[in-house]
Amino acid sequence: MTHRFPRVPAILAASALLLAACGSGFESEAPGSTPPGSADPGSSTDASTPAEPGADLTILIGSSGDAETNLVNDLVAEWSAESGVNAEVVVASDLNQQLSQGFSSNNPPDLFYLSTDQMAAYAATDSLEPYAESLSNADDFYPNLREAFTYDGQFMCAPKDFSTLALIINEDMWTDAGLTEDDIPTTWEELASVAEQLTTDERVGLAYGPEVQRIGVFMAEAGGAFIDDDGTTAVVDSPENAEALQYVKDQMAAGSFSYSSDLGAGWGGEAFGNGLAAMVIEGNWIAGAMTNDFPDVNYIVAELPEGPGGKGTIQYTNCWGMAALSDNIPGAISLVEHLTSTESQLAAAEAFGVMPSVASAAEEWKSAFPEFAAFIDGAEYAINLPSQPGTGDVIADFNSQLETLPATEPETILASVQQSLQAALDDQ
Amino acid sequence: MIAMRPRGSIHGNRALAGWLFVAPAAIIVGLFVLVPVLMAAWVSVSDWSGIGPPFAEGVNFVGAENYAELLGGTGLATRDLGTALRNNLFYVLLVVPLQTAIALGLAILVNRRVMRARGFFRTAFYFPSVTSSVAIVVLWLFLFSATGPVNKVLSWIWIDGPNWFQDPRGIFHIVLGAFGITGQDNPLAAANFLGISGWEWVAGPSVAMSAFILMAVFTTSGTFMLLFIAALQQINAEVEEAAMTDGANAWQRFWYVTLPMLKPIVFTVVTLGLIGTWQVFDQIYVGTQGGPAKTTLTPAYLSFSAAFNNHDWPRGAAIAFILFAIIVVLTVLQRLWIGRTEVGR
Repeated sequence: MTHRFPRVPAILAASALLLAACGSGFESEAPGSTPPGSADPGSSTDASTPAEPGADLTILIGSSGDAETNLVNDLVAEWSAESGVNAEVVVASDLNQQLSQGFSSNNPPDLFYLSTDQMAAYAATDSLEPYAESLSNADDFYPNLREAFTYDGQFMCAPKDFSTLALIINEDMWTDAGLTEDDIPTTWEELASVAEQLTTDERVGLAYGPEVQRIGVFMAEAGGAFIDDDGTTAVVDSPENAEALQYVKDQMAAGSFSYSSDLGAGWGGEAFGNGLAAMVIEGNWIAGAMTNDFPDVNYIVAELPEGPGGKGTIQYTNCWGMAALSDNIPGAISLVEHLTSTESQLAAAEAFGVMPSVASAAEEWKSAFPEFAAFIDGAEYAINLPSQPGTGDVIADFNSQLETLPATEPETILASVQQSLQAALDDQ
Repeated sequence: MIAMRPRGSIHGNRALAGWLFVAPAAIIVGLFVLVPVLMAAWVSVSDWSGIGPPFAEGVNFVGAENYAELLGGTGLATRDLGTALRNNLFYVLLVVPLQTAIALGLAILVNRRVMRARGFFRTAFYFPSVTSSVAIVVLWLFLFSATGPVNKVLSWIWIDGPNWFQDPRGIFHIVLGAFGITGQDNPLAAANFLGISGWEWVAGPSVAMSAFILMAVFTTSGTFMLLFIAALQQINAEVEEAAMTDGANAWQRFWYVTLPMLKPIVFTVVTLGLIGTWQVFDQIYVGTQGGPAKTTLTPAYLSFSAAFNNHDWPRGAAIAFILFAIIVVLTVLQRLWIGRTEVGR
């Protein structure tokens, strides 16, 4: 008995998991590849389809739900019918992992959703086709979105849509507190004072997730930054950032601001919908959540107030990444042109509430969704979070330290993050 | 294994037949266990970027660099590993003794011949073991939410329950804080191991991790109860009768008779518990992804996230091997210890 026990099988399984990704030596099935029946993108250059249209395309997306899946499917089918190229949309269950496996087996999907931080990691290994400058609508994308997807001076991939953060206000609570449209806060002082007025025993004035992805807006408004303009020096431990965190900390100590997690909510939208907070800092995705989960809550969307450094918000975006190994790059480029066209993006906005990444769609979007104008107005001054390889860990570490903000000095947190961020930048 | 004496062709064929019989298993184990392990070992000492096969040209041998970064550095990599090891250490220290003791207690209860409906209780106690851990995590997130049933029940006895899965405070820190001992001006704060200060090392499991500890005890006690029941049924009733004749009371019978006879199975249960708890992954992946404030980060989850989320495959592989080394060393130590001490003396 004592001589027989399993010899750490799970460790081995973990190693096997790690290496499931390097299966190219074996005939592995990469989740990013096409299901049986459709041609394999790696071997279909000598196409079974008529000679000219080019090899089949595989598109890997991480979908927010049926509305998004159906729309992408429809748009791709439209393009396929026009171009004669077969294209298949695969919905990933874990996008990052499936993409990793595709790349390590030299069999990546042709096109895929790619976040800013993943973009830098793949661009650093020359795995991406830097196609975006050659798009016919390349100049139509918002400049700070182009910047988000620029690596080493090259515009790598086309932003597929974007989101910004704004101030979401519960309309009923607002009027009940005797506030009017004129009271919508435009400065930090006003924000603090209305938050105080809106705070009761059951709710706080303002809530946000315990993460730099939300609190960072105050850093932007204070005029702070993460990395300097040439992208080599960390500037996290600046007096501006300290001022922003101190402001947040003071209001939390006063009880009018709170982390959504401290209210027992999974995210700001949940706290807002359940009436635990009268205002939250969230992005345009909140619209879908409110319609689905809390249809009875009336709300207003306002621009975030100005801080000592002016207006500030954070934007989030994904692009259409293209694998350098794709067998049909011209086809893939043409598909991206179709997917990012003004009409396609307006259809996407209609279907699942995102904002078009091209400036030419802004006016139409605003007139279609006037109540959400604050989100798209944020595009002008929104900042990007750092996305250099290795900075993902630093942001995660920043978030874990922010959870202890109520009991920690802002300078301590910023100094620690400064050190880690500089180390990550130096590693490149 | 078949004897392989080279005595005549009949035996030679027998050996061949034996090899043929084990061949499928050997090939499967080799292909899906041995080869991946060796490949992971290579990745952990290489600079493979995750693009293309790890044996391709352009992938270089970097020696122990990845290990040095994790174990000897002062940066985030070391601190994350230190945090993960600390979290997991407290998890192991609490889960293994608790689940072993509770499993033994349950086994003795349901093994009593006089107990009514013991079939029902055996099934009930074993049930969590056959339930998917994902389902149990989801249940746990619900039970331990800020306004969930657990806090409701606590409020009946005038206890203001914590916001379990969002509370990063270490429970030892909370207890020490009640006595006025804090991290400020604490001599421990100056000490530093793996990027974590001494004060942080003694934090204990966070409130969030405590909820996972309760879950692990809840789910695995039933599994090990089964092993103990099997062992208890091997013990002859005469042994206990003899002890009774000698005048031993119930506690003496348990401590001096039953427990020493269960020693081999205690070893098995503790070993299995130790290995399982050092590898905790699925609860973290589904439940908290390492949060709040990294207090539920574990080495297994850190390895996954380094490789798949941050594309640092060599680091992910190196963490897996460090974890492997820890488990092997602890198992050997524990074997020496249990092998030497006589239980019940």
